[in-house]
Amino acid sequence: MSVVSLSSFIAASANFVNSDIQTAMPILLAATGLIFNERTGVVNIGVEGVMLMGALAGVAGSFLLGNVWLGVLVAIAAGGILGLIFTFFVETARADQVVVGMAFNLLGLGLTTMLNRAMFGLNTTPPRIDSFHPVSIPFLSKLPFFGTAFFTHTYLTYLAFLVIPLVSFIVFKTNIGLVLRSVGEHPRAADTVGINVVRVRYLAGMVSCMFGAVGGAYLSLSQLNFFTENMTAGRGFIALAAVVFGKWSPAGVLGAAILFGAGSALSYQLQTLNSYISSSQLLLTLPYVLTLLGLAGFVGKAVGPAASGKPYIKE
Amino acid sequence: MNLRSVVIPLVAIILALIIGALIIKLLGMDPVLAYTNLAIGAFGNIYGISNTLTQATPLIFTGLSFALARRAGLLNIGAEGQLYIGGLCSVLTGAFIHGLPMIIHLPLALLAGFVGGGFWGWIAGWLKVKFGSNEIITTVMLNYIAIYLVSYMVSGPIIEPPGDLPQSPPVLPSAQLPYLGSGTQLHLGFVLALIMAGLYCIFMWHTRKGYEARVVGFNPDAGAYAGINRNQLIYLIMFLAGGLAGLGGSGEILGIQHRLYQNFSPGYGYDGIAVALLGLNTPIGTVLAAILFGALRSGGNLMQVVAKVPLDLVYVIEALVIIFVASEYLFRRVKLPKLNFRFRRGIERSEPL
Repeated sequence: MSVVSLSSFIAASANFVNSDIQTAMPILLAATGLIFNERTGVVNIGVEGVMLMGALAGVAGSFLLGNVWLGVLVAIAAGGILGLIFTFFVETARADQVVVGMAFNLLGLGLTTMLNRAMFGLNTTPPRIDSFHPVSIPFLSKLPFFGTAFFTHTYLTYLAFLVIPLVSFIVFKTNIGLVLRSVGEHPRAADTVGINVVRVRYLAGMVSCMFGAVGGAYLSLSQLNFFTENMTAGRGFIALAAVVFGKWSPAGVLGAAILFGAGSALSYQLQTLNSYISSSQLLLTLPYVLTLLGLAGFVGKAVGPAASGKPYIKE
Repeated sequence: MNLRSVVIPLVAIILALIIGALIIKLLGMDPVLAYTNLAIGAFGNIYGISNTLTQATPLIFTGLSFALARRAGLLNIGAEGQLYIGGLCSVLTGAFIHGLPMIIHLPLALLAGFVGGGFWGWIAGWLKVKFGSNEIITTVMLNYIAIYLVSYMVSGPIIEPPGDLPQSPPVLPSAQLPYLGSGTQLHLGFVLALIMAGLYCIFMWHTRKGYEARVVGFNPDAGAYAGINRNQLIYLIMFLAGGLAGLGGSGEILGIQHRLYQNFSPGYGYDGIAVALLGLNTPIGTVLAAILFGALRSGGNLMQVVAKVPLDLVYVIEALVIIFVASEYLFRRVKLPKLNFRFRRGIERSEPL
């Protein structure tokens, strides 16, 4: 292989890794949040709707307050409120988690579409808002391959790079993580040693939805710089699958998100090479087929927290 | 059947409408004008009513699909994908097999939709039995695969010549569901949906398999103790649930669209979950809930045109109805007079499962 083609190969693969990270990030953020929730025994199938509302909240915040970081804060606040509402219905009102989750998805779609039209009108061009731009890190971004792949991202991406190891540390190495996991595995036992099961679930639910909302805001503020109707397009469901695929651990979820991101990054790149593969739609099924294969024992049997799906009823 | 099972859905609907009105008000529009037009659009004239029933038709199928699985303790979130595969199979038989009389062709196209959707549901059942995969996740994944598969089929393998638009050739007249009246879109699929609701009732409450399904759904351990083959039951239930949703797709394609398009369903599969929930997984309740949701769709258009309230308010109202019905525990703290409307046949029976 000549020097020229080798360097262009490196450049192409660095670009691929870069776009893989970008497509994986919303899924990774939402899935990381879901770990908190699911570790305490609550499955939020409405994360798709939460992401969508986070995406709109981020844009609205950035538009009204004029600063993209304030937009992210608004998304986080919206996520916290949604988490509170979700947990209220599934714990306090003892409603079925799947049902409330599906309702959240509908609500997210309907509310964001309505509010988006009310705020920005129907047929105007997207308003100019403050959004994230790729920032090259001095020195590191000059590295061959790694520079393009890892060090020319937006601030939000760098922040996520830092937060995810932190979550891993919290869930597996601290007391907080132990409390979370005990509530998910055996709530009654956790209760008898003085853990307030319901409060833990409320807090985890809020943190979870905050992550989901930031995942949505990542789409609208970092990948793009505006909101479009139903822009999450199923990423919430992929995040749910990533949690199962990654066996409820942050490292596993990271692998799953990178894999799914690679699936869509690959199908986008292949779509541009239209002469080779005309049936790009089939390629779009790749992340979903991978998930199914993953669930079908490809990664071993996935067993979730034992108390998953049930509200805790104190006797 | 008691008073509560009627009161809770009604209270949920009223609460959802009130919150919907507040949202309309907050957006600076007129809730009275909006709801009046919603009602006129849905029930104001014969065209509105037939449009409401047309919109309700796919929701009855997908609602029954979710209800059937739910009774057996399975969560079928996959009605959307099963509906797409049903539509695809109906087009494959309805548009590409020539020379059959209607009496054979139409039932064949419907059967293909049922079997296709059923197969798609069966896959999720198979994954659950063989690998213990959670059917919530697998059915959602299968939805996306089905939607992209249909997009692929209509933009490649079965594209209508010369291939300018991503759509299939038209369904032959011999495989089209006839209209029930001139000047309306209401088609025979609505009647088929009502028949399916009846069959669902017979299967679930008057056959051995239906009884087993309810036992397993009510208490899996009791089912295992009674020697019920749960795996076999999962295959059967997921196939039937998928088949019902598949028929929903067949109805849309053979009754209204007469062709296969990309993204031909605006989420009928997901709405079916809400319909079944509101209908408390009963056949009559599901039909009534589907008609209510059909009315929201049908009237929502007029509401959007006259009162300028976006159609998407309908999704918000639906979501609120689901949440309120699901949180019946909150309502349960409110004491209702105990009135039992249970029909007694001969000797008094204990509460049926």
